[in-house]
Amino acid sequence: MTFIEATTNRQAGFGGAEENSGPARRSDFAARAPRGAKANTETLPVRILLVLIALGFLTLFIVIPLVAVFLQAFSKGWTAYFSALTDPDAISAIRLTIIVAACSVAVNLFFGLIAAWTITKYRFPGKTLLITLIDLPFSISPVVSGLVFVLLFGLQGFFGHWLQDNDIKILFAFPAILLATIFVTFPFVARELIPLMQEQGTTEEEAALSLGASGLTTFLKVTLPNIKWGLLYGILLCNARAMGEFGAVSVVSGHIRGETNTMPLHIEILYNEYQLTAAFAVASLLALLAIVTLVLKAALERKLERKR
Amino acid sequence: MPPLSKTLRFREPSVIPGFGLTFGLTVTWLSVIVLIPLAAMILYASRLGFDQFIAILTAQRTLNALKLSFGIAFAAAIFNVIFGLIVAWALTRYEFPGRRIADAIVDIPFALPTAVAGIALATLYSPQGWIGQFLAPLGIQVTFTPLGILVALIFVGIPFVVRTVQPVLKDLDPELELAAASLGASRWQVIRKVIAPTLLPAILTGFALAFARAVGEYGSVIFIAGNLPNISEIAPLLIVIRLEEFRYADATAIAVIMLFVAFIMLLIINRLQRWTEARS
Amino acid sequence: MLRRTVLALAAATLIGAPAYALDSLLNVSYDPTREFYSEFNKAFVAKWKADKGETLEIKASHGGSGKQARAVIDGIAADVVTLALAYDIDAIAEKGILAKDWQKKFPDNSAPYTSTIVFLVRKGNPKGIKDWDDLVKPGVSIITPNPKTSGGARWNYLAAWGYALKKYGSEDKAKEFVTQIFKQVPVLDTGARGSTVTFVQRNQGDVLLAWENEAYLSVKEFGDDKFEIVTPSLSILAEPPVAIVDSVVDKRGSRAAAEAYLKALYAPEGQELAAKNFYRPRSKEVADKYADKFSKVALFTIDDVFGGWQKAQKAHFGDGGVFDQIYGR
Repeated sequence: MTFIEATTNRQAGFGGAEENSGPARRSDFAARAPRGAKANTETLPVRILLVLIALGFLTLFIVIPLVAVFLQAFSKGWTAYFSALTDPDAISAIRLTIIVAACSVAVNLFFGLIAAWTITKYRFPGKTLLITLIDLPFSISPVVSGLVFVLLFGLQGFFGHWLQDNDIKILFAFPAILLATIFVTFPFVARELIPLMQEQGTTEEEAALSLGASGLTTFLKVTLPNIKWGLLYGILLCNARAMGEFGAVSVVSGHIRGETNTMPLHIEILYNEYQLTAAFAVASLLALLAIVTLVLKAALERKLERKR
Repeated sequence: MPPLSKTLRFREPSVIPGFGLTFGLTVTWLSVIVLIPLAAMILYASRLGFDQFIAILTAQRTLNALKLSFGIAFAAAIFNVIFGLIVAWALTRYEFPGRRIADAIVDIPFALPTAVAGIALATLYSPQGWIGQFLAPLGIQVTFTPLGILVALIFVGIPFVVRTVQPVLKDLDPELELAAASLGASRWQVIRKVIAPTLLPAILTGFALAFARAVGEYGSVIFIAGNLPNISEIAPLLIVIRLEEFRYADATAIAVIMLFVAFIMLLIINRLQRWTEARS
Repeated sequence: MLRRTVLALAAATLIGAPAYALDSLLNVSYDPTREFYSEFNKAFVAKWKADKGETLEIKASHGGSGKQARAVIDGIAADVVTLALAYDIDAIAEKGILAKDWQKKFPDNSAPYTSTIVFLVRKGNPKGIKDWDDLVKPGVSIITPNPKTSGGARWNYLAAWGYALKKYGSEDKAKEFVTQIFKQVPVLDTGARGSTVTFVQRNQGDVLLAWENEAYLSVKEFGDDKFEIVTPSLSILAEPPVAIVDSVVDKRGSRAAAEAYLKALYAPEGQELAAKNFYRPRSKEVADKYADKFSKVALFTIDDVFGGWQKAQKAHFGDGGVFDQIYGR
């Protein structure tokens, strides 16, 4: 399920790069049907119309909002932009966001590798259930993901009193923010690797093992090089989601300025303090992150494509 | 999950070592991060008792919030199916200037944080905004109405239909279409009889993914919705409000229903995906 | 891989640590106090440094009053709470997190400043709103937050109720009046600040029911060529109270600092800052000095009309209370 697999399918089947660079590419004019399928396509007006609808839709719903973020951010000039980003609360939000994202990516990377390995290299009953459970955080509302940790660690929750008596702070502090972020990004790396490793099968590993390599060596020398680009791809998506998570983090954060506010939460606060330009300035950083993520993703897709 | 030893016996033999270790780690970690927290929530809800649980869920305001969440998520998914199909079709079938960029930006809603999308959409569609100013004279108000929720949910769902339909469309054998055309089928007949049936599983998968994502969406919606009980209050927002009112039981009961729906949606999507694979 | 995880855990400990350090206080406050406390905190930190030679950091969290109280109940480590109304602090006290008699610990019901509810309208007052009755005229769209989560919204609601009760003389009529008001509300935000943003920045509604200080702040922020303040003939005396969170300060050993912090609110400097931020000061001298800043308005108290917060909360905002009836639960 999930978009990750969808995009993985896409790597196998689609790949914008390869299609453009073939001999089929001559000159670009509006809505040319590719690869000489002359009789077998729609008439030119229909083609133009469909392309215009597609571009219009993407412009209206994606391009304009994206452009608006940057224009609003710079509407009061560079000075205002930079002062919004160098405000101590903004800096602490940026720092927290980076640390939370780095930790959740590291944790999910470690787990994702192990889970993908278990699922693709062995056959055992209940595999489908296991995959479904790993997928679960994808389709759960972020608010519910936050709520579960309030119920567990809140003072009125299951472990609240025990934690308080032992002076352990989880809710409204870094640990809960990290837990909620790990929860929502849980499936990203694993789901990216599973189709890739499935495709590669187990023959290479079996060969290495039969030549006397240890399990760990086999993993490091055989499996890892095969999946490294897919792995990077998973990290990229995991990181983008971790940095941008709002709903789950909002429920568990406590919104303490300079301490438990992540960038998305800081945006909300600025937005509520009549500082629209500053809110968009911080938002523009996250939008930039999204764009960089997609550019890197496109580059990785090309690499994956070449590997096949 | 059966006990490990039993699973081990049932596992088909493999020369690759480390099953016990990796399987154990996977299940343990999955339990700690996902299963135990979710189980705790269900346990919390189960303490309510059946009557109270039903009473919370059938309260007018809860029903309206659930209806709104599911209804608008459904409408947004339909909208995304229609436009997503056109986008996927144009991207795979035609060559036009800017096609690669158009293809790349389809993924923006995945990577753009929902809060950023929320404030951007709210600003654009407000009566003074770039887009809102053209709608206001027509008497169309987007912000603070269910229409605003629709706009936000369309935004978050865009990539799903495009990205599920695209690969299938790409792999579609052109010979089939040519053959049908050479047998005298009109273009419309080819689309209806040859292309549509092949695409159907992928379309349904994309629809289900977009729907599942939209039902739970929170960040982008709260900035643009009016958050008015019974009118523009979505279920995730009602959970937050109940939590803020100290009404944990209500929050948990609604959350359990949302969790249940998420799980069902996953099962449906898995089925659909297997169907898609079988078809192509 | 393992090293990264270990590093991550180490980072987690580092980040988590400041919550325990004794060099900071956390003030969990409600929505419209953001600007006031950001000024007051700076002044207090400077004073603390001058008096004690210690560097103290004041951390703040703002949100709807009910929501903030919920965070304290769920265990946010607030040293002090400065909320919109007594009931929210009572709710915290009920869970044993702070002393039940908190309201007696500081002067004036533990409310160092007061405020009231006024109307903010667009320039020129196009809908001609002068008093509460004008709100329920057809075609007037009213912005107020959700009384379930916002303290300011509860004051709005009770002010309207108190006015209608006095004017029409019956509970039924008052309920009708308030119901009508909420029928004309197009957006129900969770906090007072959310509503203000909706009204002033996104141009929704004809009138905002607002804290007096919030209304003045909007006018100051956006200019009096855009908004006007309308003071109704009768409104409610809003007393936003403060309290020390006993269980937290005892654990952290921060009681002395927390007490000094709240006491400073009553000191002339604190009162001045409150008045500058459009809160009505308690101190007579400061009040006299800033007298021309606040318009005269007849005020009733919650004890007069509703018999105190506990009763008002139960009858109006509790489970199945009047507000629930208005929105059909």
